[in-house]
Amino acid sequence: MILNMGPQHPSTHGVLRVLLEIDGETIVRIMPDIGFLHTGIEKTCEAKFYQQVVPLTDRIDYLCPMTNNLAYVLAVEKLLGLEIPPKAQWMRVLMNELTRINSHLVWLGTHAMDIGALTVFLYCFREREEVLKMFEMISGQRMMTSYFRIGGLALEPPLGFFERVREFAGRFPDKVDEYENLLTGNPIWMMRTKGVAQLSAEDAIALGASGPTLRGSGVDIDLRRDMPYSGYENFKFKVPVAQECDVFARYMCRVRELRESNEIVKQALDGMPEGPIKADAPGIVLPDREKMKTQMEALIYHFKIITEGFAVPAGEVYQAVESPRGEMGYYIVSDGTAKPYRVHMRAACLANLQTLPKMCEGKLIADVVAAIGSIDIVLGEIDR
Amino acid sequence: MALAPAITDLERLKGHPALARLLAWNASAVTGAKFDRDEMTIYIDRANLREACALLRDDAECAFNFLSDVTCVDWYPAEPRFEVVYHLLSIPNKERLRLKVRLDSASPAVESLTSLWPGANYFEREVFDLFGIRFTGHPYLRRLLMPEDWEGHPLRKDYPVEGYR
Repeated sequence: MILNMGPQHPSTHGVLRVLLEIDGETIVRIMPDIGFLHTGIEKTCEAKFYQQVVPLTDRIDYLCPMTNNLAYVLAVEKLLGLEIPPKAQWMRVLMNELTRINSHLVWLGTHAMDIGALTVFLYCFREREEVLKMFEMISGQRMMTSYFRIGGLALEPPLGFFERVREFAGRFPDKVDEYENLLTGNPIWMMRTKGVAQLSAEDAIALGASGPTLRGSGVDIDLRRDMPYSGYENFKFKVPVAQECDVFARYMCRVRELRESNEIVKQALDGMPEGPIKADAPGIVLPDREKMKTQMEALIYHFKIITEGFAVPAGEVYQAVESPRGEMGYYIVSDGTAKPYRVHMRAACLANLQTLPKMCEGKLIADVVAAIGSIDIVLGEIDR
Repeated sequence: MALAPAITDLERLKGHPALARLLAWNASAVTGAKFDRDEMTIYIDRANLREACALLRDDAECAFNFLSDVTCVDWYPAEPRFEVVYHLLSIPNKERLRLKVRLDSASPAVESLTSLWPGANYFEREVFDLFGIRFTGHPYLRRLLMPEDWEGHPLRKDYPVEGYR
């Protein structure tokens, strides 16, 4: 029998359609069908100036918007050869890790809810509300922040922001303890997740899986530590790796990442340097509004950047960052004009979704829900 | 900060381990190389792509065991029109490499890499869907993102941004 799961389904985390060919409760074949959220973002990017693409990138992986911003902005800065001031780099790391915490909270809440633990969902979203308020404080937007710009940040962090983040980071480990108390030792959770959706390391590498999906199978690679970007080499953090290759292993990886991200946030707050938040490149970075209102050159630069954009030297670049889901890469080809010639987003989840048949064929239908949750898919990234 | 100029001379780039291995295996398969912005790009002839990738994956020194991405760039109206771009990552060495295959617009087809990396499946389907490049040997080459009955390949440069509807 062929059973259709989705595209509108509470457990598929977005508009994912999965065709299940089943024999009783056992799955014979599983085939994901995607494309319901395809909005042609890659094509749209070719019609916009480089700085206009930044808000588009937020919406690709909408649970970690600042990570997308970071990957795109780093790629363009690599094309331009811009040097970013240290304060901007540390702020980027701080916001990136808060975004990772945010994304993992959604993952934990929805994954637990799918399996049946409804309380965890509300607990996670209580913390997420705090982080969203912090995002609103710093950029005016709760989710689609577009806070990073080519050359630095959009705005200075407001007064009181760092105190608020420090206070959150002080409370957060206890909250993670709360989530673990509810789930990690829970016999129902362990029965639903241990031994379920196994994915060996060779299969994971061959299928292109990355992030916790790969680290849950014992492969120790994390782009923040191994190929660092935006100042990550200055931070000390552990990379959780698990050996059991099942849903529980990936769960433990991500929960430990919540704690590690909190540590990175604390380190970023402690070591935050002083200085400018934008690179010194008047033709590329918008001037401060005060200067723009009083100095003629700044006004002219502002006008030219907004109306004509800035030309980027021809070439191509592939910049990958470690998103909460894995390797998110931006491949940008420039032909020397102010609009990108081609922007391609390497979505971590598109490759991770390919592991679904390997994980679920021959297993029970109920395990499909656990497997989809453990991959942590976001359809915005898959479909673009 | 000034950018270093791109190096495209094969002679100067011969020392790079992946390029050296490929040149030692079959020098005619490599049609060019470029080192720009700290990234290595090697242009491969389309008939030799699969074997070149197998060589890079199985070689003990290079060990490019992870296929990050398969995508395409359309250089309409220049010929050869399409450039299929492969990004490889070596997990043991933490190195990246970009391979490119140039295809002309008449019959753009290249061998599929799904026999080496099953993870190339969706990436190649997406390139087929949005650019029209056929991947011979692909187990299920159907449209991935656009509806099955869609006509045209949206990411080609002669397809308007607004679409046809």
